[in-house]
Amino acid sequence: MLAYIVRRLLYAIPILLGVNLFTFVLFFGVNSPDDIARMQLGAKYASAEAIARWKTERGYDKPMFYNPAQNGVAKVADTLFVDKSLRMFTFDFGRADDGHDIAREIRLRMGPSLAVALPTFLLSLTAAIVLALLLVFFRATALDFWGVVICVAMMSISSMFYIIGGQWLVSKMWALVPISGYAGGLDMARFLGLPVLIGVVAGLGSSTRWYRTIFLEEISRDYVRTARAKGLSELAVLFRHVLKNALIPILTGVVVVIPSLFLGSLLMESFFAVPGLGSYTIDAIRGQDFAVVRSMVFIGSVMYIVGLVLTDISYTVVDPRVRLG
Amino acid sequence: MTILPVLLPTDALVFVLMLAAVAVAVQAARHAPSREAWRRVGQRPVAMASATILLVFAAIGFLDSLHYREQLPGQGEATQKAVYSSEVLSALDAVLTPLRVQTEKTYSAPFARELFQRETVEQPDGGQARIYPRLVYGAAHLQADEAMWPDLLHRLAWTPLAALLMAGALLLALAGHVAYHGRMPFSVALRRIVSGQTALAWRAVLLVVFLAALLIAAGVALAPHYHVLGTDKVGQDVLYLSLKSIRTGLVIGTLTTLIMLPFAVALGIAAGYLGGWVDDAIQYVYTVLNSIPSVLLIAASVLMMQVMIDSHSNWFDTAAQRADARLLALCAILGITSWTGLCRLLRGETLKLRELDYVQAARAFGASTAAILRRHVLPNVMHIVLITVVLDFSSLVLAEAVLSYVGIGVDPTTISFGTMINMARAELAREPVVWWSLAAAFVFMLVLVLAANLLADAVRDAFDPRRAR
Repeated sequence: MLAYIVRRLLYAIPILLGVNLFTFVLFFGVNSPDDIARMQLGAKYASAEAIARWKTERGYDKPMFYNPAQNGVAKVADTLFVDKSLRMFTFDFGRADDGHDIAREIRLRMGPSLAVALPTFLLSLTAAIVLALLLVFFRATALDFWGVVICVAMMSISSMFYIIGGQWLVSKMWALVPISGYAGGLDMARFLGLPVLIGVVAGLGSSTRWYRTIFLEEISRDYVRTARAKGLSELAVLFRHVLKNALIPILTGVVVVIPSLFLGSLLMESFFAVPGLGSYTIDAIRGQDFAVVRSMVFIGSVMYIVGLVLTDISYTVVDPRVRLG
Repeated sequence: MTILPVLLPTDALVFVLMLAAVAVAVQAARHAPSREAWRRVGQRPVAMASATILLVFAAIGFLDSLHYREQLPGQGEATQKAVYSSEVLSALDAVLTPLRVQTEKTYSAPFARELFQRETVEQPDGGQARIYPRLVYGAAHLQADEAMWPDLLHRLAWTPLAALLMAGALLLALAGHVAYHGRMPFSVALRRIVSGQTALAWRAVLLVVFLAALLIAAGVALAPHYHVLGTDKVGQDVLYLSLKSIRTGLVIGTLTTLIMLPFAVALGIAAGYLGGWVDDAIQYVYTVLNSIPSVLLIAASVLMMQVMIDSHSNWFDTAAQRADARLLALCAILGITSWTGLCRLLRGETLKLRELDYVQAARAFGASTAAILRRHVLPNVMHIVLITVVLDFSSLVLAEAVLSYVGIGVDPTTISFGTMINMARAELAREPVVWWSLAAAFVFMLVLVLAANLLADAVRDAFDPRRAR
């Protein structure tokens, strides 16, 4: 088991290197640092000296991959690629345009992101599975049919409308909770209730329908017939036997997103003014802070790859037939 | 007035897409199994109704893809050289000219006569008053105290008749078609269509056509005289904005797939069939791309694309061309992030096909790899391609709105559902509420995406062999 995990983690290195190289080419190859400097300074103020100063301030004044001015290892080491891209492996992301240390910002903002994303994730998973099992329980009835119709209708509505409509209804019309904002401690519940609720409702349609198909596939298996033949009630069959066995296909889609919960949701955090990583990213995109966007791309990929490894491990936990060796 | 036709890159691709659709349709009609599958789609009333709705949207999008520039009057006569306006219009703009040019000062509610906000107005006697000023165009033909209902009824009087005529003509044509192909008397065919007993669900089509004709006729009757859906912050007619948004949504939903399809199909099949280092290399590329969260990948690419467009502003003659280039680039970027899923599916399916007897036999007969891929593998994975294309469409339309909100979507000057929502998102917080822009974007988007989802379900059920009953 340990050997397998180590092997999987080693396998992740070339992929992360690929991500690293890809983002580097994207951020420095498509447009030269000069172009970026010119755009950020504004075409009017972009004199040659201003561009040079801008590049020196941010450490962009080095060659990309090969520095002939240096000696020995420094020929390769003292370059943009090593400085800006490879260094991210040590979780040193440099500074944002506003001068703050990016790594520190990320550590600070993970908490609020997780405070929104984790309850949303757990509640929507539970709600979708329970609803899907109920639809399967009432399969081939009018309830099932209209349940699926409502699911399709719900997934045809843009998530923006759930947020805008939810804020308007709950915060403005009923004045139950503040429209947006964030606070630590006990006050958190007041601020997080609405985003979590909206997050759950917005994703309910598609996930319920997806789990319903998984359960329907599972329910035609032999062991289900056996369980019924033993005289178990249909509800017991569904919630005890089918649910357990259907966990394997469900895990594929679910476990992989768990590490990414740290990154939060761009939309939710921006609409509800949660000071998490999602709103950090959105501010960086709007402010064209490339250093921050580049760091988030790297962190996001790391989280995704960790998620893939976790998925494999979780298989061994729920499915004794799977042996990783 | 002379006009200068303008072919924007996305227009050209829209036409390519239409040709491709026709080619696929011809191919499907010749090929018995796929004809059978399409017939299963057509048997479902919901699918036929959705397809009709999508056709109406597609027609609007097509009209909006015929671009031109008008000649400026009175200029260039001396030099014998025509001077054209820098504003790029489309055939849809020409049809909707009253809606496009009749802009008010700011918000006005649907069917309103007055502006939504009070303004200080000079009175004839020299004093000033805070009143709701009359709209310049909306309901301008009514007297101040004249009731609106008689005028509305008067204008709408002919619309049910027009819709009935339209649906009736279609009914007769369809009955003729059914009677000819089913070798039955005309009256029997007519009765079967009306009672919904035809092989293809024509009754659903007729119902949708009737409703669409009714709405369009009502629009034709009322839109030049009223702001049917109100006006937005800068006084533009919301109905006009909604109709213009359709093309952007359709372009993003379809061109993205068109752009990524060749890569996904070629690489997926090559990886599955050839194996070895080709497979390793392709798998490595899509694992790397897949590891980057798609929103972040899109954000990074769009930011870079913006820098590129900004630093090469001399590439584009008009603002419309720049906005169009950005739209196309957005499609390409969305394509880069979404081809991996299809590629993986195709690789898996090709791996299975490679071991099947008929492919082995073809190899034993000495058929070249290219011939095997083209004749034996490609046709047998096309159902996966088709299902992916229709399933992706709705999620792409929805993605556009979110991306535009984040600031990495279409150009802010491009009218789209995303920009509409983005402009209107603070309006519900106003007092009193400005609800009509959001409501219009909501309804138009819901109809489009819901129809696409329902059609996609039917296509998937009909083409996926695992779902065959």
